[in-house]
Parts: sequence; structure tokens; C-alpha cells
Amino acid sequence: MKSSKTLYVGAGMLGLLALVAIFAPLISHYDPTEQDLMNTLLGPSIHHWVGTDPLGRDVFTRLIYGARVDLAIGLSAVILPYIIGVCLGLLSAWKGGKTDSFIMRIVDTFLAFPFYVLAIALVFIFGPGIKSIIVAITLGGWVAYCRIVRSNVLVAKEQDYIHAARLTGLPDRRILFRHMLPNVISQSIVFAMSDIVLSILAIVSLGYLGLGVPVPTAEWGSMIQEGQPYITQQWWLATVPGLMVVYVGLSLSLIGDGLVARLER
Amino acid sequence: MIPVLFGISIAVFAIVHSIPGDPADVLLGQNATPAKIKIINHQLGIDRPLIIQYFNFVSDIFHGSLGISFYNHEPVFSLILARLPMTGMLLTGGVLLSILIALPLSILAASKRGALRDQVVRAIPIIGLGMPQVWVGVMLILLFGLKFQIFPVSGFGDTFPERLRSIFLPSLTIAILLSPILIRSLRASMLEILDSDYVLTARSKGISTARITRVHVLRNAIIASVTVLGINIAYLVGSMVVVERVFAMAGTGSLMVDSIARRDYPIVQGVTLYFAVVVVIVSLITDLIHAALDPRVVLK
Repeated sequence: MKSSKTLYVGAGMLGLLALVAIFAPLISHYDPTEQDLMNTLLGPSIHHWVGTDPLGRDVFTRLIYGARVDLAIGLSAVILPYIIGVCLGLLSAWKGGKTDSFIMRIVDTFLAFPFYVLAIALVFIFGPGIKSIIVAITLGGWVAYCRIVRSNVLVAKEQDYIHAARLTGLPDRRILFRHMLPNVISQSIVFAMSDIVLSILAIVSLGYLGLGVPVPTAEWGSMIQEGQPYITQQWWLATVPGLMVVYVGLSLSLIGDGLVARLER
Repeated sequence: MIPVLFGISIAVFAIVHSIPGDPADVLLGQNATPAKIKIINHQLGIDRPLIIQYFNFVSDIFHGSLGISFYNHEPVFSLILARLPMTGMLLTGGVLLSILIALPLSILAASKRGALRDQVVRAIPIIGLGMPQVWVGVMLILLFGLKFQIFPVSGFGDTFPERLRSIFLPSLTIAILLSPILIRSLRASMLEILDSDYVLTARSKGISTARITRVHVLRNAIIASVTVLGINIAYLVGSMVVVERVFAMAGTGSLMVDSIARRDYPIVQGVTLYFAVVVVIVSLITDLIHAALDPRVVLK
């Protein structure tokens, strides 16, 4: 019961933000990128719920349009690493021997490669933007899934149902995807929840460094960076975008915890 | 370790040379003419085939050199060496502070499972893991640097006490990121230890809870945290790049970002390799500490 509650609360929180992001134009009549230089750095009021930024843009509007960018990229960025990691993990543990040690050496190399160093270099290769972010998160992220699935497959491989499937002469592909996968995938799904948080954190950090989604698109990381020079007076400019990320992180953590409890039953 | 470093050297080389733009273009700026670019490229050695350039890069490493910067003609090795104290202090400070935060909280939580204090400590990772490091840094600057004016908010200082003070907020930023991960696994491993037979035996012999915590629980908990740190070290080293930027520290991270912009290949290669070596060395150290603390572990 309690695990379901955690799961539903988390999903509800995330769903609410997703709805706000989708219906952003109906919720706010401001344009997230339109400047109003007569009304810069206003405090919170009825017209501007979270005030305006140094260029007179409505901060609340930018926050909810930012949710579109950060949520959409954060969610979609984990799909590729998930697929690559799960497939290579399956392959590595199933084949064993040279294949396994070759894949594991690659994994070790990627593990020793600091993520932000890789991400920053990629931004210079492909230019700032969504493409670089997705490539960076894919290159940095598949390793974890590969390791999780590999260790689960190594255990499952020796179990009777797999032996039985092999004895009946089923082809490898069928055993792997029909028998093995459903039994080894749960842990990686739970990890994917925290990985989405990590990828949103990466987008925000890159945005802060000026290497993420190009301005003037509303994005939480660049909003934090734009707000930093004003923290003594307009402290909310840098504070509120961070709280949005914390909110998303909290909802995904709750979903993850709920899933763990559910899968353990 | 050797295959990993070899793999990284290839990856670094490939990435650096995929960055579009000519170093000569950046060096010459507006004075660039095709003839001048050709001369510069020849001087820098980047008109040679890639395989030769890679070979030179690796053979230089074996001769203890990481090359010379294209931009200011200083040896890359000494540029990195000059920034080593900062990396070292940030990393050590971050790890020490995170243990100082995580250990007492985990002991508190595990000492009474399900109690209010346990619930509160369990909520920390759930919230903490979603906090962007840049934001944590900015909030710390706001709170301790500007509101209470206890710590400097940028730079690194010149004397050791000055450096300790200026390193505090960046280290705390790293610690706030790291401690939720630590708390999560420390609490779980402490609960497991408290349930174990040897703790039961110790209790039945009448040994006090304080002593059991000190002798049995703490030692095992430290082993667990060393392992967790070892797993997260690459993430940690990478996030230093970001933290340095937030606190305007001229560290290796900034050096790397600036050098990519200038297409200063030797520095980018050198710094990335340096980060990878730091990761490999720190994971080696965590393995050694693990073996020293845990008599069950034997290093091959």
C-alpha cells in the first residue's frame, strides 16, 4: 500500500508539471523570450508572479516553458543509452569470454572518463544544442545500464528456466529477449528514474556554463546563470529555477522508490 | 589500469581532433591567410597524418611530457602541475566534508529504524539527489558569502589559510552532492550490520551500544563509504569542472574549457588525460584503503 502511495505521489507531481509545460501558452499570456526593457528586474507581483528578469521577461513564464525543454530533453536523453546499455549488457554476459572482456574494457574506459569533460568537448564538436547534450548523455550513460544488466544476466544465466529453454533448442535471440530480458530488466528501469534526474542535472549544468540549449530559449540552467549576478537583490531569479529541478528530482525519486518496493514484492 | 589509460588516450585524441576549426585560425585571428595558416600548421605539427600525431602524443607521454601549449608555449605538464593543489584540496575537502555530514546522520538514522529521525535522514537523498550542483553553489554563495559574509565567494587565495577558507564553499558544494549518495548506502549497510549475528553476539556479551557502534558498525560503515566513493569518483572529478566555474576558480576545468575554445590541442589532451589519471589513481587508493580496512579482501 505504502509503496503504491509513493509511486502515485511521484507520478502525480511529475504529471502535473508535464501538464503545466504542455499547456504553458494557456497558463501564461507572456512570451518566454520577449524582452520588455521598461520593466526589468521587477519583484513578484500579481502581473509577474516570480517577477521579471534583467531583460524584462516574465520569470514565471520562462520557468514553465523551461520545463518543456528540460523535461523533454531529460526524458528523451536516457532512451538511447538505455537501449545500448541493456543490449551490450545482455550480449556481454551471455557470450562471456573474449566478447565479455572486450566490452568490459570499453566500459572501464568510459567509467574513467569524467562526464563533464566529455560533454564540454562534444559541445565544441557539434556546437551548443540538443544534439550535443543527447550525444554526451548517451556516451556517458550507457555504461551504468550495461553493468547492471550484465550482473543480473550472469546470475539468471545459471538458473533452471534458462537451462530448460536452451535444452529445448530455442535460438539465442529468442531466449535472450523472451525469457531472459523480462527477468533482468527491472533493476535497470529503477535506475533509469535516477538517470533521468542525472541527465536533467547535466542539461542544467551545461546550460549554466553557457554550453547547453542556446539562449534565449528558456532553460532552467541558463536562468540560474543569468540570475547569479543579481542574487544580493533579486535572489529569487537564481533560486526558483533550481527549486524546479529539485521538484522534478523529488518526483522521480519517489517514482523510483515506489517501483523498487513494488518489484520487491 | 594500462588498457583503460590506453583507451582514454585514443578517445581523447579522437575527440580533440574532431573539434572543428583550425588552431592556426584562432592563433592568427584576423591576420589569417592561407599561406600563414600553412606555416603555423607545419610548426605545430598538425599537418602530419593523424596516426603520426597520435604516435607523437603517446611517445611524448612516455618521455614524461604532455606537449607544449599552442597558445602560450608553456609546457602542458607545468600548467597542470600549477593547478594540482587546487584539484587536490577541492577533492579532499569535498570527500572529507561529505563523510563528516553523512556518517553521523547515517548512525543516527540506523540506530532506530523507522523512527522520526530515520524518516528525516531517509528524505535527504530523495531531495538531495535532485539538486543541481551549480544551484547549490549559487545558494551557498548567497547564504554564507553574501548574507553572513563568512567565506570568500570566488578565487583561491595565495597563502595556505586563505586557500583553506576559499576552498570551503566549493568543497561544501561537492559534499552536498556526494553525501546523499553516501547516506543512502551507509544507512542500508549499517542496518544490515546491526542485524548481523556478530552484533547480536556482542550484545549478548553485554557490550555497550556505544562500543558496538564504534568497533563493529563504524569500521564496516567506513569500508562501505570508501567503496561508494570509489564508484562515484569519475562523476566527482567531472563535477569539479562545474564547481570551479561557479566559484570563479582558475582551475583545471577552466583551463580545459578555455583551451577547447582556442583549439589548444595539447592542453585539452593533457587535461583530459590528467582527469582520467586522477580517476584511476583515486579508485586505486579506494581499493587499497578497502583492503587495509577489510581483512576479507585480498589484493591480487
